[in-house]
Amino acid sequence: MADSNDPDDTPADRGGRLGTAGFIPAVVRSGRDAMSTEVALTVFRQMVRTRALEERGIKMSKSGEAYFWIGGPGEEAVNVCLGLQVNKGAGPAYDYLHLHYRNAGILLGMGMPMLDHVRQLAMTATDRHSMGRNFVGHYAMPEWNVVPVTSVIEVQMVMAPGTALMQKRHGGEGISIAVSGDAGTAEGDFESCLLWSSRPGNELPVLTVVTNNGYGISVTHDSQHAVKHIARRADPYGIRHETIDGNDPVVVWNAVARAMRYVRTQRKPFVLEAMVSRLHGHSSSSGAQRNWQEADCLALFEQKLIDGGVIDADQVAALREEAKAEADDAAVTVAGEPRPTPLDVPLGTYAPSAVDAVYPKDYTGLPQRRR
Amino acid sequence: MALHYGEEHLGVTDVFGEDVGPPLGGVFTATQGLKTAWNSPLDERGILGTAMGIAYAGGKPVCEIQFCDYAFNSIDLMKVAGNQRWCSAGAFAMPIVVMTPNGAGIRGSIYHSHSFESWASRLAGWKVVMPSNPLDAYGLMLAAIQDPNPVLVLLPKALMRVKGDQPIPGEPADSDDLGRMIDAPIGDRTDWRPNWPAVEEYIVPIGKAARVREGHSATVLTWGRLVPLCAKAADELAREFGHTYDVIDLRSIFPYDWDLISRSIEKTGRLLIANEDTEVTNFGEHLLRRAIDEHFYDLLVKPRTLMGKHLPGIGMNQVYEDNSVPQYPDVKAAMRDITAEPA
Ligand SMILES: Cc1ncc(C[n+]2csc(CCOP(=O)(O)OP(=O)(O)O)c2C)c(N)n1
Repeated sequence: MADSNDPDDTPADRGGRLGTAGFIPAVVRSGRDAMSTEVALTVFRQMVRTRALEERGIKMSKSGEAYFWIGGPGEEAVNVCLGLQVNKGAGPAYDYLHLHYRNAGILLGMGMPMLDHVRQLAMTATDRHSMGRNFVGHYAMPEWNVVPVTSVIEVQMVMAPGTALMQKRHGGEGISIAVSGDAGTAEGDFESCLLWSSRPGNELPVLTVVTNNGYGISVTHDSQHAVKHIARRADPYGIRHETIDGNDPVVVWNAVARAMRYVRTQRKPFVLEAMVSRLHGHSSSSGAQRNWQEADCLALFEQKLIDGGVIDADQVAALREEAKAEADDAAVTVAGEPRPTPLDVPLGTYAPSAVDAVYPKDYTGLPQRRR
Repeated sequence: MALHYGEEHLGVTDVFGEDVGPPLGGVFTATQGLKTAWNSPLDERGILGTAMGIAYAGGKPVCEIQFCDYAFNSIDLMKVAGNQRWCSAGAFAMPIVVMTPNGAGIRGSIYHSHSFESWASRLAGWKVVMPSNPLDAYGLMLAAIQDPNPVLVLLPKALMRVKGDQPIPGEPADSDDLGRMIDAPIGDRTDWRPNWPAVEEYIVPIGKAARVREGHSATVLTWGRLVPLCAKAADELAREFGHTYDVIDLRSIFPYDWDLISRSIEKTGRLLIANEDTEVTNFGEHLLRRAIDEHFYDLLVKPRTLMGKHLPGIGMNQVYEDNSVPQYPDVKAAMRDITAEPA
């Protein structure tokens, strides 16, 4: 970039513009990667919202408004950059999402209101994902192809080739995105996904994203895995891969864009491994205390944007206030909402069936005598 | 033929599993000549998961686990498939069909003789059916395909290539003719195409048992491989002793036809439950519990069960199989016993 003391170097020359904070550069850079200021601010705002939502969730789990918290503080850069680039919609023309349980940032990035997350956390009957049945972050949204998140580690990996198969058959650029933690890749299902998406002549558009936080609950990654980078496990299958710093949104944004472009256009799999932090431990079961030793992607990005003149401290504070207010409002709203009733317990077990003599509509308890 | 009908008329998009596609067309040759059949990697969890993904994306998959003996490593995925709709508060359906050969009777040794129905009965959210003749297999498979929920079709191994008394609607009368039309030739079959008979829709509703023999002396509740044995014993015992039996072929393990079972117990006051799955936490024990809960005062004698022994497996020498799972003499003796006891 040109020296800013150069009298001929006007903002217009540099593609930048003047804002309230003074001169705003057109791009934010990290090494060879760049991101437009506009995208950077969008990513930053969504990261702030995601963090505020998670911090509200942790508080709710401690106050009794929620029972259990699990989530992704420390993974906001990856999740938000991914969510903002998803081609969202229903059916094989759009992307399918096979998610992990730390992906609030993906959904907020896609446009899900905070309230939809908080309702699940508070186990309300209004919880659109599961009617108060599932842990928080276990989304299910047919209109955006977000298939139900399941707590069983790694099962999402064996479903992704199925949606990807239908997408390949359908044509177009829809891809299946499967997100996994690092410890979970020890399950055979991770390997199954690599194998099924790389069958010779039948390669599938599966983008596997591994968020490597270095732990599976209490067990360190290095103590169990001899392969240095998980992404390298794609090598024997001839699958392309990349391992990136998941704490740098500029790097992540570009890596996700590259990986998506490849999978969308080549209709072949790709493995993206992002090294991330785990800022509040595994879940509320382990206390969810803040870990100050690990790098914080949000604080780092904030500093980078301030240093680069993209945003100033007041604007950051305002964004934070706004996000916190949104999360607080959601918590207040859900407090007054109905909880599931005993009548709701069996609902939605079966889809109506014209060929079932016992349960034509839904499950109604054990089979009974007809009157 | 059901799968052929399914892919032609009921929207089946994928029939897949190990050795399911050409050239073999299934280890029991049940998937030969199907246009949507394909071979999968040898990975049961992958098969289940891929079927689920296909269903999510609007397809209608019928996948096969080559033998139910190899379904155990994917039982948690079955659990997941069964709970997707409930977990998503009804937002996601899971219209998959899994078919797998079940039970003993083909001298299959330790790993081709397992029964799966008792395990499967615990998979809430699923429907589990087990035909005992070709027409029911056809009708239940079409029902399984049309049902928008996960359906497990357990096919008794011992009956897979047995000809039925009743033809499938549209099936040629001569089975040799049928064989010439749809069985792939031995050897090179690259250019072979099946000549499908014009089979018609025939549905056996899920949750409907069949009374295969009607009588008054006792109720015999059975399924799978033991159905023809119980029917044969009923015929012989009627001739020899004048006892008549309601022999009920359950056909649907879940949901089961409690209406038919309950009315029959009420009528006969005697109940024998016979199946070949192992005896500890056998699905028949659930039915026994319901019979006792709801018909304790209707029962004239103690209800009985005839089940496989609680053993680690079925050994290769025929001695093992004969002494592990109910055989014809056991069935006949148990049926004789229940009518012999004075009320
Ligand atoms: C199949 C299975 N085994 C064990 C568990 C219990 N469990 C929940 S989270 C977890 C650790 C997962 O670690 P990782 O895949 O690295 O994801 P992270 O939680 O670090 O994001 C374990 C063992 C589970 N949910 N599923």
